[in-house]
Amino acid sequence: MKPAILKFLTIAALAASAASPAAPGAAKTATPLPSDSVYQLPLPLTDQDGRTADWRQRRGKPQLVSMFYTSCQYICPLIVDSGKAIERQLTPTQQKRVGIVLISMDPARDNPAALRSVVDKRKLDTQRWTLAAPPVADVRAAAGVLGVRYRQLADGEFNHTSALVLLDADGRVLARTEKMGSRPDPEFVEAVRRAASAP
Amino acid sequence: MRRLAATLMVLLPIAGIAGGVTASRYVGLPGGTFRSALQYEDAKAGVRIAPFALMREPVTNAQFLAFVTKHPQWRRDRVASVFAESRYLSHWRSATELGPAALPQQPVTWVSWFAADAYCQSIGARLPTWSQWEYAAAADETRRDARQDPAWRERILAWYSRPSNTALPRTGLQTPNAYGVQDLHGLVWEWTDDYSALLVSGDNRNQGDADTAKFCGAGALSMDDRENYAVLMRVAMLSSLEGADATANLGFRCARSAK
Repeated sequence: MKPAILKFLTIAALAASAASPAAPGAAKTATPLPSDSVYQLPLPLTDQDGRTADWRQRRGKPQLVSMFYTSCQYICPLIVDSGKAIERQLTPTQQKRVGIVLISMDPARDNPAALRSVVDKRKLDTQRWTLAAPPVADVRAAAGVLGVRYRQLADGEFNHTSALVLLDADGRVLARTEKMGSRPDPEFVEAVRRAASAP
Repeated sequence: MRRLAATLMVLLPIAGIAGGVTASRYVGLPGGTFRSALQYEDAKAGVRIAPFALMREPVTNAQFLAFVTKHPQWRRDRVASVFAESRYLSHWRSATELGPAALPQQPVTWVSWFAADAYCQSIGARLPTWSQWEYAAAADETRRDARQDPAWRERILAWYSRPSNTALPRTGLQTPNAYGVQDLHGLVWEWTDDYSALLVSGDNRNQGDADTAKFCGAGALSMDDRENYAVLMRVAMLSSLEGADATANLGFRCARSAK
């Protein structure tokens, strides 16, 4: 009973903060968002477990962010590979200090079940990984602040650029790489290490 | 905010009937199948355009000033740098005054995509897609598709060869095209909603690293109509921009669904 109430309260708190973009992350920190933070953009994300929370809730911890879509055959599996490869180069303590968020550019199809199937298939630890979709109307703006370009094709597939973006705890871009795959860009890995080691 | 915009979209037609100003700011365009100058591998038979409404003229300095006054988070001294670069509205006298370098009836320029998008959302509209813009801009004064006429192409190209250091004319001086839309050519460049969808193959700025997979999926766009330099220049320009960028000649107009 008690955990259920707690869970309800957490959801209510998340919903309340998601619904008031005027006070982003107010519960977490009183300092205003930096002007160059991507979190200036309100972005409700619905994850693999069906939970919806504004991405500003992630403030307070560095994040590794990329955009993908679940039905993608070619590059998107490489994006997951890249995230895993970078994780492997971190110590367990560092791993805990960085969140990984893959944001769908295909919210029409990427419902929680579709996102969950990738989590399961790729054996992703949801303590650290979040796969989530924004509302359809917000995708272009999210891609805009992350510097990702995409075009939906007539068959529902996408042409897109692929980037891994490292955000600091306040949502400022620390580093980005367009090198995908299981051998990550060493400079980028170093930037992630530094972010994950900062107190 | 999006939900609010959606609600406004539903209410707007009613408001449009009540106040003629709102209604006449837009003109309705019929839908159709359109052959883009861009070669879409996935749409060889043409792009389908649903009926939509487009602003007759680009948004002016006066209109944009009214917007930033009502939504002060878009003032140049308050806007988040993630949404607009430092030159945003830099030609205005101050954050809340136009001044001599920005006359009220001139099209607003030095605006980022995020600001243009926010403006359109604030009035229950959105930016047109590239396809909608290209479709509307294919018309001359009498024909809905004048693109094969060399004289028309020459006229458009002549604009690009004019020096850009002269003051911009006011909006609405040009004769309306066959749809009733003005100033699509010869005044300013315009943002489109999907500016970052134009993945042009000639764009090799980021291809120095052979391991970099620039495009996922069916590959990049290429030009189907190599004679259509005017469209090519528009696409090249849009494809080179980031959402926070602003330039001296880049403005916008809004679109919305057909009533």
